[in-house]
Amino acid sequence: MRYLPKSPADREAMLKAIGSRSIDDLFSPIPAEYRLAGDLKIPRQMAESEIVDWFKLRSKENGDDYTSFLGAGAYFHYRPVVIDALVQRGEFLTAYTPYQAEFAQGTLQAIFEFQTMISELTGMDLANASMYDGSTGAAEAVMMAVRITGKSSAVIARSLHPEYREVLQTYATHQGIPLRTVGFTDTARVDLKELESSVTDDTACVLIQSPNFFGSIEDVETIADIAHKKGALLIVSIAEAVSLGIVEPPRVADIVAMEAQSFGVPLGFGGPYCGVLATKDKFVRQMPGRLAGQTLDKKGKRGFVLTLATREQHIRREKATSNICTNQALVALMVNIFMTVYGKVGLRELAKQNLAKTAYAAGQFGKNAKVLFAGSPRFNEFVVETSEDPAAINSRLLGHKIVGGLPLKKFYPELGNAALWCCTELTTRSMIDTAVGLVAESERSVRSMKETEEVAQ
Amino acid sequence: MTRKATRHINQNEGLIFEKSSPGKAAWKLPPLDVPEVDTAKLLGKSERKDLGNMPEVSEIEIIRHFTRLSTWNYAIDLGMYPLGSCTMKYNPRVNEAVSRIEGLANGHPYQPAKISQGAMRIMKTLSDCLIEITGMDAITLQPAAGAHGELTGLLMVRAYHESKGNARKKILIPDSAHGTNPATAAMVGYAVENLKSNDRGMVDVAALAAQMNEDVAALMVTNPNTLGVFEQEIHKIADLMHAKGGLLYMDGANMNALVGKARPGDFGVDVMHLNLHKTFSTPHGGGGPGSGPVAIKKNLEPFLPTPVVVTKADGTMAFDYNRPQSVGRVRAFYGNFGMFIRALAYIFANGPDGLRQTTEDAVLNANYIRKGLEGVYDLPYETPSMHEVVFSDKIQSKKGVKTMDLAKRLIDYGFHPYTTAFPLIVPGALMIEPTESEPKEELDLFIEAMKSMAEEVEEDPQFVLDAPYNTRISRLDETLAARKPILRWTPEDTSAIPKSRP
Repeated sequence: MRYLPKSPADREAMLKAIGSRSIDDLFSPIPAEYRLAGDLKIPRQMAESEIVDWFKLRSKENGDDYTSFLGAGAYFHYRPVVIDALVQRGEFLTAYTPYQAEFAQGTLQAIFEFQTMISELTGMDLANASMYDGSTGAAEAVMMAVRITGKSSAVIARSLHPEYREVLQTYATHQGIPLRTVGFTDTARVDLKELESSVTDDTACVLIQSPNFFGSIEDVETIADIAHKKGALLIVSIAEAVSLGIVEPPRVADIVAMEAQSFGVPLGFGGPYCGVLATKDKFVRQMPGRLAGQTLDKKGKRGFVLTLATREQHIRREKATSNICTNQALVALMVNIFMTVYGKVGLRELAKQNLAKTAYAAGQFGKNAKVLFAGSPRFNEFVVETSEDPAAINSRLLGHKIVGGLPLKKFYPELGNAALWCCTELTTRSMIDTAVGLVAESERSVRSMKETEEVAQ
Repeated sequence: MTRKATRHINQNEGLIFEKSSPGKAAWKLPPLDVPEVDTAKLLGKSERKDLGNMPEVSEIEIIRHFTRLSTWNYAIDLGMYPLGSCTMKYNPRVNEAVSRIEGLANGHPYQPAKISQGAMRIMKTLSDCLIEITGMDAITLQPAAGAHGELTGLLMVRAYHESKGNARKKILIPDSAHGTNPATAAMVGYAVENLKSNDRGMVDVAALAAQMNEDVAALMVTNPNTLGVFEQEIHKIADLMHAKGGLLYMDGANMNALVGKARPGDFGVDVMHLNLHKTFSTPHGGGGPGSGPVAIKKNLEPFLPTPVVVTKADGTMAFDYNRPQSVGRVRAFYGNFGMFIRALAYIFANGPDGLRQTTEDAVLNANYIRKGLEGVYDLPYETPSMHEVVFSDKIQSKKGVKTMDLAKRLIDYGFHPYTTAFPLIVPGALMIEPTESEPKEELDLFIEAMKSMAEEVEEDPQFVLDAPYNTRISRLDETLAARKPILRWTPEDTSAIPKSRP
């Protein structure tokens, strides 16, 4: 019980001061029949060394030395070591939500800087102090659009991350928001004709992702025109934040719903991540989530407070913009530090390296297998179609300590043997060449098998 | 006056943008090992030309900037944080260490099951422990925070009723509930009906009986409630709900009063969320990330969000997506996995005996403070306290000093203030939750500080009203911030840049 700072004598003295005979007296409000008689059936108390060993074993079972080509909404980028050095400072790590602004200025100023940098990068007027993640952020953005426009339905691109669409479906069902899905063309971009016919006078928003789930960059301006013509808002989801270093942000969008995990947040098997909403000034009062604002203290000194709380659940209760209470302050701090480390020049160079790796990899894969959706600009991700089931190829790649691309059949059955591959600045040329070689081998063996069959016939 | 801590560091530190200057850099990329690309050719009109006002600074400036900012924060590592209902307990450092082990920190959510066994084992082990601790039958770890857990729980309540042919219309919420509860009910499409507390600060069972009917989907009760009071008739409440086909939802924010001592599943709760950052020591991090698993009884199991971790016949673990009655998915991937690691490390460090002792100490500490401050501050409800105690500013407000003023003065004594906003049924509440992490000495200092403050109110109320004195900045103008929102820095805004170091 190494976390408990009281000696048996302390407890005795305290009980005496209270005037209780035993600790059980203090639990007498709980009816006796509901008080636990024995021990909980959970593992026994472990030493710190045992805890570390247990988790190290789990780490090994989790494949801790594989090279991965997975992206699909969770990206492996280098995390500068200053991030963990700083976020582990107890004053950040163990602080509470900065409601008492006078001695929470560290967190508040960091959030203000985060809001500023996200606004700059997304081309929006302002950003909130972060939210759960990209998927819930996208769903919150749709509900925000419904409040702003007073219209009830939403049009969603099928090239939005499939799990984001699932989350949105869950939220929309109980908000009574009908969703209509729009497909993609052979360049993986939103089918503009279908979009045009799907947006009606009742559409509150069009929600797309760019770069989309397949890595293709959408024609955001044309999509914005289609949405705006009918009085709908455009929401752009961004899952790969590093793209903002080289890809023009969706300035014509009304709301940007972003996942900032790429900016210095560990993959961590899917979380915690860092969602964030950015929008135009005029929509600020309909935006969910916390906001830090600049103000002055009694002596005229600059300081920061949480502000515009009248939108929030603890004040507005059932009439609030959202039930969201927490944000992701510590994760947002990682993002803030990452953006600061790379800054104006580094973010562009970083994105350029990512672009170069992807262009090289797609080119190499294309020599033996088919790279789909070639007709649109893309960032970090590309789709490779193979003759063999990619799951089978992947299990062979695993033998070489390589995690291959994500088989797409589960989310897009019509894409058959296609898989989504991802490269970042951490993907080396030799890794790419090895993976390309193994995929080529598979293609060759399928081809020779076919030839053998033809000869036999 | 006795002062626990020294003054706050008063280092001048501007915004990072104000240190920026072209050409400074804190980054270095390795040489590119593939051919360079022509970005204009690859991206066409999608190529970005300018990143706007992003900073350009060196590494030492980054370290100093954030280190200085950190010194302006109060934190549990500096001292007691008696925030009621927020459970600010010690955050063990081994939690941080194990969460950063490479194969866990770098695990990709879509990596093949064959090399995800470790992560799934962690999720399954934590699930099993939390099910045992709550006395429930099944759990989802997916929700990203407590309020997200509430949403998930109510979605399951709704799905359950829909499966019986009628989603019902209303959620009953006691006036002692958390602020998020009504907003959550509204998000799931329910009307909210308030339920009055009785004069002991508990759910009025007779009023509940009168209000309960077949339109009510569930009652959302916090237990112990926001007064720190255990709902002694919780089982009767459960029976009343069940008799009319309703469900009992328990907000588990205050589980720090029950772990190892009593289990909600045993007293009739059907669905509840836990806050890993409150009860299970994952850090609050200045406002997140949280994690809000939802535990349920058997009858709600078909409605769990997908996926669910299962053990296959051969003993390996897998994600089960094939659940036709599921409410769907509430978050991409599997939830805040990094928090699962920390919570499990905490459970391992404590074991059954440690968790029980933790709860006992938390309740002992709250009652010790209650005893120490009785008579000095008004105690609106005499009902026994569990892990937190609620006073009011009734005595001090006669001198014009309100709970928030006292809170600001408490900062000067080196403590974080208690909760001032809750519960709604106590005007001018001082809601104090010391948790188990405080030694007797710290509690004595806190009691002394609170008493000394009460004396100051008697002698010189204006002195208290002008607090805090020892912080880097004095009271901030929140009205100005809301009336003229400045939510980002712009290069034009040089008004507040300090001209020189003091």
